[in-house]
Amino acid sequence: MSEGFQPRRGGGAVATFNGFEADLLRSLASQLVELLRSEVAGPTKSNDPLEELLDFNGPTSEPEDPVLARLFPNAYPADEEAAGEFRRFTETGLRDGKVRGAMAMIEALEEAGLPEEVDDEQMYVDVELAGGRALDWLKSLTDIRLALATRLGIEEGDEDYWHALPDDDPRAHVHAIYEWVGYLQETLVESLGS
Amino acid sequence: MPVETERPVEEREEEELTLIDRPWVTVVWNDPVNLMSYVTFVFQNYFHYSRKKAEKLMLEVHHLGKSVVSSGTREEMERDVRAMHEYGLWATMQKADG
Repeated sequence: MSEGFQPRRGGGAVATFNGFEADLLRSLASQLVELLRSEVAGPTKSNDPLEELLDFNGPTSEPEDPVLARLFPNAYPADEEAAGEFRRFTETGLRDGKVRGAMAMIEALEEAGLPEEVDDEQMYVDVELAGGRALDWLKSLTDIRLALATRLGIEEGDEDYWHALPDDDPRAHVHAIYEWVGYLQETLVESLGS
Repeated sequence: MPVETERPVEEREEEELTLIDRPWVTVVWNDPVNLMSYVTFVFQNYFHYSRKKAEKLMLEVHHLGKSVVSSGTREEMERDVRAMHEYGLWATMQKADG
C-alpha cells in the first residue's frame, strides 16, 4: 500500500505506487477523460436552426450528467441568462484543461514505468512531480474524487454509512477507492505546503 | 484641525469606494468532498492569501456553508469563479449587496 506523497527535494512531491495502485489511478484518469469528452460541450439545442448553426461558442445550459454538472457548476444561480453566457465562454476551456490534466497524470505514470498491462504484482512505480505537475495532479485528483462522490451519492458526515456496508457491496469497494484517492490528495497537499 | 471630526469622514469615503470598486463577490460553497487542507491550499495558491486568512475563509465555508472569498469588478469575479471551478471548488458570483 502506497504511503502517499512526500516532499520532493527542490519542490513538488514524490510517491511510490505498486503496479495495482498505479494501474487504478490510470484507469480513473482515463474514465475522467472519457466522461469529459462524452457529452460534447456544444451549443444548446434550439428551435431555430439558424440560431443553432451560428452558436458555435460553447454550451449555455448545464450538462445533464450529474458529475459534469458538479465539475462545471452554475456560476449565477439567480440569473439564467448570465449563467448561460458564463458557461458559453468558460466550459469548453475548463473541459479541455481538465482533460489535459488527467492525460498528464496518465503520462506521468507511464513515464515512471507503468506498462500497458500490469501482470507483475511486485512491480513498483516511482512518480516524481515537480511543482507545476504536482498542482495538475491535485486538480485531477479533486476531479476524480468529485466524480466518485457524485456517483456514490456522498453527503456531509455520512462516513459511518459507508463503513457499515458489507464487503461484498460494490459501493463499499468504490468508497474505499474514494478514500484512498483522498488520502493521496491529503499527502500531496501536505508535501506542497511544507 | 480637529482629528475627531476628520476620521469618520475618511472611513465613510473608504466604504463608498469599496462599494463602487468592488460591486461583485465570489462565493465558495461547502461540499462534502473537498478536503479542508485542499481548500486552504487553493485560497493561498490562487489568491495569494496568508495561511491565516485562507484558513479563516475555509472554516467559514466549512461551518457556515459558504464564504465570500473575493470581491471586485464583474470581469474579475468571472475570472475568480472560473479558477475555482478549475480547482474543483463549488463557486458562484453575485452582486456585493445581493
